[in-house]
Amino acid sequence: MAKELLEGNAAIAEAAIRAGVEAFFGYPITPQSEVLEHFSRRMPEEGRVFLQAESEVAAINMIYGAACAGARVMTSSSSPGVSLMQEGISYIACSEVPAVLTNIMRGGPGLGNVQPAQSDYFQAVKSAGHGDFHMIVLAPANVQEAVDLIVLAFELAEKYRTIAMLAADGSIGQMMEPVELPPMRPVRPPEERPSWALTGAKGREHNIITSLYLGAENMEEVNLRLQAKLKEIAANEVRWKEYSTEDADLLLVSFGTVGRICQTVVREARANGVKAGLLRPITLWPFPSARLAELARQVRGMLVVEMNAGQMVEDVRLAVEGRCPVRFYGRMGGIVPLPDEILPELEKLDAEVVGGREG
Amino acid sequence: MSTVEIPADMELVYERPESLTDAHTIYCPGCTHGVIHRLVAEVLDELGIRERTIGIAPVGCSVLAYEYFNADFAEAAHGRAPAMATGIKRVSPGKVVFTYQGDGDLASIGMAEIVQAANRGELITVFFVNNATYGMTGGQMAPTTLPGQVTTSSPYGRDVRVAGYPTKMCELLSVLPGVAYIARHTVIDVSSTRRAKKAIKTAFKVQLAGLGFSMVEFLSTCSTNWHMSLPESRQWIRDVMIPYYPLGEFKVADGVKEL
Repeated sequence: MAKELLEGNAAIAEAAIRAGVEAFFGYPITPQSEVLEHFSRRMPEEGRVFLQAESEVAAINMIYGAACAGARVMTSSSSPGVSLMQEGISYIACSEVPAVLTNIMRGGPGLGNVQPAQSDYFQAVKSAGHGDFHMIVLAPANVQEAVDLIVLAFELAEKYRTIAMLAADGSIGQMMEPVELPPMRPVRPPEERPSWALTGAKGREHNIITSLYLGAENMEEVNLRLQAKLKEIAANEVRWKEYSTEDADLLLVSFGTVGRICQTVVREARANGVKAGLLRPITLWPFPSARLAELARQVRGMLVVEMNAGQMVEDVRLAVEGRCPVRFYGRMGGIVPLPDEILPELEKLDAEVVGGREG
Repeated sequence: MSTVEIPADMELVYERPESLTDAHTIYCPGCTHGVIHRLVAEVLDELGIRERTIGIAPVGCSVLAYEYFNADFAEAAHGRAPAMATGIKRVSPGKVVFTYQGDGDLASIGMAEIVQAANRGELITVFFVNNATYGMTGGQMAPTTLPGQVTTSSPYGRDVRVAGYPTKMCELLSVLPGVAYIARHTVIDVSSTRRAKKAIKTAFKVQLAGLGFSMVEFLSTCSTNWHMSLPESRQWIRDVMIPYYPLGEFKVADGVKEL
């Protein structure tokens, strides 16, 4: 299929439509409003459901309802809006209905600004809502990957009956790039909705979807089931990309837009004689901890670069378990770190670990 | 479910509706939730819509409604049932979708969701049970708690200068153009219960006919948290609640009377 020049937000929405999304419920917020706008135009054309909700609180509960009815659904927002959705996210996770959301992340905390940021890593990966659960979190580094990952998000959400988030910084939502969209797949007809879905108790026992388990033993049983599922996801669905890691003795670790920028840093470092490599996590949860632990035995040090105050770096350190030094460089408030500021940080690390591996 | 053989000289005149399960409810003695459940279930049976009905339970005393209704059911977050119902109805337009909510759920934390769903003319039916208190959490002040009413969080009586006024949901929603049918009833005696059931049936018919949003409010007893006997509770509804929350129809859109 030919490539088209598309803005990230519109590309995400169109890819979701082609992946067979049946309903979109959302609320405007910069820098993701074009996702909503694209759906508002295209869903009626396709005879599907679009509804602008009164709030992110309502939007997440509308997709919760539609997901309970067995429809393929998604919502989209940006950082402050995702905070409002956290109640519903937790209910969806416990109820084990599949749902997809995107977070086109902006600067925070608070109202913050509308510049691109990665400061919702903790929220997405560690604390998506109350209770013990994780979302699957997919982090694209360019518009094509955003398209590919939103399709994957639906597949994973339905395979595991869980919630999957596409977490992209605002620049991916706003920039235009040539992309190849997936082929249009037909929408699943209503009569083929899953057997657990709320479709009316005709010729069967009534289906109940709840996240309430009053007995401690019952609630623990549900938690054990959720944990077993998360373990399975962690075993099967870790995704990342490596660049020039075969012979690397310094490793950059970064995701999303800054992960893409770090490819340039690797090239420039190598031109300067520093054998740098890059690992770019694509799934932020599950996290590529095992691969990082392996690389920690190979490299002399790691530099984690993020568009936040240092969030993913904690997971890198947990994976590395002190096998090599892990340093951090980050910019906040919507500032994107550029190669000419990252490179000196890498050189500093190089000087720090000169003479071989520590310990 | 057990079946009992009816003796030849007897006639079966009363049985559990198919739309109710045989589960024992958690409701307190004197509570009218059970009556309202039964009325809704009888109407589901009589309209023959149980097999295509999806209910949404609230957070509150009726949180376990999904165990009592023999219909597909979801349990919503506190106040969010109308949003969830919207999601369900929009992707399943051929189904009958209803929420069952209490006063704290609908008129306090869920005020935005109910107003917006009503304003959209969402084709859902809402059963709103108003007992002027937060029953499940132990009798705190609700949005519908009456002026001067003593609760565990208004120990000196509701002071409207501090806590504002009890919320009249039927009156509030009735001005919205998306609303097709709104009525307030109670179930404290035979005649009021009959009228309440008729309103439930009308509300479902409004949804089936696609006329718009429909809601029935029920003034309901909470003998436990009101610290009253059931006769006293019924009398309190007559003497205190009905004067503030008058019974009757608040919106009957064109086409409803013909249903």
